[in-house]
Amino acid sequence: MSMPIHPSRRYLREETLPTAFCPGCYNGIVMNALFQAFKEMGVEDLRDYVFVSGIGCSSWIPSPYIKADSIHTLHGRAIPVATGVKLSRPELNVVVIAGDGDLASIGGNHLLHAARRNMDLVVVMINNLVYGMTRGQLAPTTPRGMKTITTPYGNPENPFDVARLLGYTEANYVARWCVCNYIQLKNSFKEVFTRIKRGFRFIEVYAPCITYVVRREKKSPGEKLKELMRRCIPLKKYYSLLDNERGDKIPIGVYKAEDKPGFLENYRAYIRKAMEG
Amino acid sequence: MARRMLLSGNEAIVYGALDAGCRFYAGYPITPSSEIMHLMAKEMPRVGGVFIQAEDELAAINMVIGASWGGLKSMTATSGPGLSLMQEGIGYAVMTETPLVIVDVMRTGPATGQATKPAQGDLMQARWGRHGDQYLVVLAAQDPQEAYDLVIEAFNIAEELRTPVILLIDEFIGHGREVVVVGKDVVIKNRRLPPPSGEWMPFDSEDPRQASPMPLLGKGYYVLVTGSTHNEYGYRDVHSFETHYRLVKRIKEKIIGNLDKMPKPIVLGKPDDAETAIVCFGSVCRSAREAFYKLRERGFRMVFVRLRTLWPLDYDHLSRILDNVEAVIVPELSLGQLIHDVREAVDTSTRVIGVNKVGGGLPIYPSEIIKVVKEACRK
Ligand SMILES: Cc1ncc(C[n+]2csc(CCOP(=O)(O)OP(=O)(O)O)c2C)c(N)n1
Ligand SMILES: [Mg+2]
Repeated sequence: MSMPIHPSRRYLREETLPTAFCPGCYNGIVMNALFQAFKEMGVEDLRDYVFVSGIGCSSWIPSPYIKADSIHTLHGRAIPVATGVKLSRPELNVVVIAGDGDLASIGGNHLLHAARRNMDLVVVMINNLVYGMTRGQLAPTTPRGMKTITTPYGNPENPFDVARLLGYTEANYVARWCVCNYIQLKNSFKEVFTRIKRGFRFIEVYAPCITYVVRREKKSPGEKLKELMRRCIPLKKYYSLLDNERGDKIPIGVYKAEDKPGFLENYRAYIRKAMEG
Repeated sequence: MARRMLLSGNEAIVYGALDAGCRFYAGYPITPSSEIMHLMAKEMPRVGGVFIQAEDELAAINMVIGASWGGLKSMTATSGPGLSLMQEGIGYAVMTETPLVIVDVMRTGPATGQATKPAQGDLMQARWGRHGDQYLVVLAAQDPQEAYDLVIEAFNIAEELRTPVILLIDEFIGHGREVVVVGKDVVIKNRRLPPPSGEWMPFDSEDPRQASPMPLLGKGYYVLVTGSTHNEYGYRDVHSFETHYRLVKRIKEKIIGNLDKMPKPIVLGKPDDAETAIVCFGSVCRSAREAFYKLRERGFRMVFVRLRTLWPLDYDHLSRILDNVEAVIVPELSLGQLIHDVREAVDTSTRVIGVNKVGGGLPIYPSEIIKVVKEACRK
């Protein structure tokens, strides 16, 4: 009797498993949602995809685990490397998966400019609220008051609401889902590969670090998921609340979904002008 | 077809790069390199290539890395402050064996220095500006014609050895305008691609002097590129001594072991009966050569060495040339960097004397070199 093969295995470099993620890490949920999206899209293999990641735990999702071309860049530089790949090979789907520290702090400038250019990339930001890989320091997404190893008395700084920020740029698509919104997350992945196939597409995944956030709260991964389900509310509702009414709620949903031409199409038109001139 | 054009060094770089097959340029404006970017912005779209003005130099170098893996010959140009910002990315290109070319049009420093004035103070940062054990190629041109010729060489070396190559010029060359012969029968080299079948490794090579084939993205190779220590197939290995040592040693050997592929020094005069030598690189060579000819006319026994490859440096060759001389004069538009190499190449009894001047856009005049040579010979 042969064992049934897990449908995600064809997207994985099996020789690299099991992953190095901490037990209970929500990165697994993100991977599963992505693979299920690929499966529902009928993607046989990922040879037309290039994954580009930065430095951090979340950047390990594609490198080495996903069976596709992947470039594991320096800390913060996934977006410019991905931009170079996309501009040199427009026919490939270029996907960035990296952390909140990587994309919104050390690489923050690139994030803003890629969104401004409406660069033809899919960018998945795993927001685990901290720098997971380097032992849980403050990230630009850490909520006020949260204790981390570098804010032992409670974070005195304000966090970025990254999805909301990018909602105000020229990006085509911006959404935030929590790991407890598995179906919506999976559908969002499908959306950015099938319905809106151009321009800058950004998906923030709210996925608190299991080791440096959840365990510090003395919760199990399952208990935390239940808590998150209670806290997630549609973004329209969230932003209509007054600051003091928002409490611990997390806004989820699609901030914008447009299908404007991305950088590449505009650049092609520009090249035509250059060649005529 | 060869054409004669009146070009600045910066413009010559653009035509050389395009003739070498460069089809991707990303950069961030900085004096005195910006004319490279301006002309690229005009010419690159006309040949169907990609030009993008990056948000900063960190983006520029990393875009170039991405485009190189995408399969395009790629470059950027900058000056000292920008090169400093690019250093981490250049180290990544060394570690991942990514072919690319960086042109540094040197100005004074440190920091913002005198932005419009020439200098030669980036030699050490070009060679050693990154952390860790890392080896790449550094070339230097003396005038617009050589800037054209050497940028083509830079692409050839980058592609053949899968390495970043830095080409140094300075503000004098970048902005100086001279007749340049372009479009000669240039030899173009391309990177080695994986064989159609059989075993191959993207990050190892039996002969350490030969670069491994470079797989193209999107062809089903499932390429794994990482700046972490990796094995021959690209899998990260951040624990074992063997993998790390083998990787950095091989990359070193690939650069140091290929001296014969690098542009040779230009030597004037007879090393055997020379008493005094002048060793130099870049724009300073033109004053130094004039000093050499004048001194020789007056009966001084001289040898003149103009280095075009600053790394890897052929110390043995330099040692042989300087074997008999009593004094070596090293004129530099800096407080002295090449002078350390010369000291390494000669024995302790040989006097090594710098002629150092930097700032205000002043050149080193032949008379200043002549004076130092005369003083050295009197002793
Ligand atoms: C230039 C540089 N600075 C600092 C580091 C150390 N570092 C590695 S990962 C990391 C933070 C990662 O946080 P994040 O991007 O949020 O990823 P996570 O591990 O949380 O998924 C830091 C600071 C580095 N590798 N490079
Ligand atoms: Mg993080």
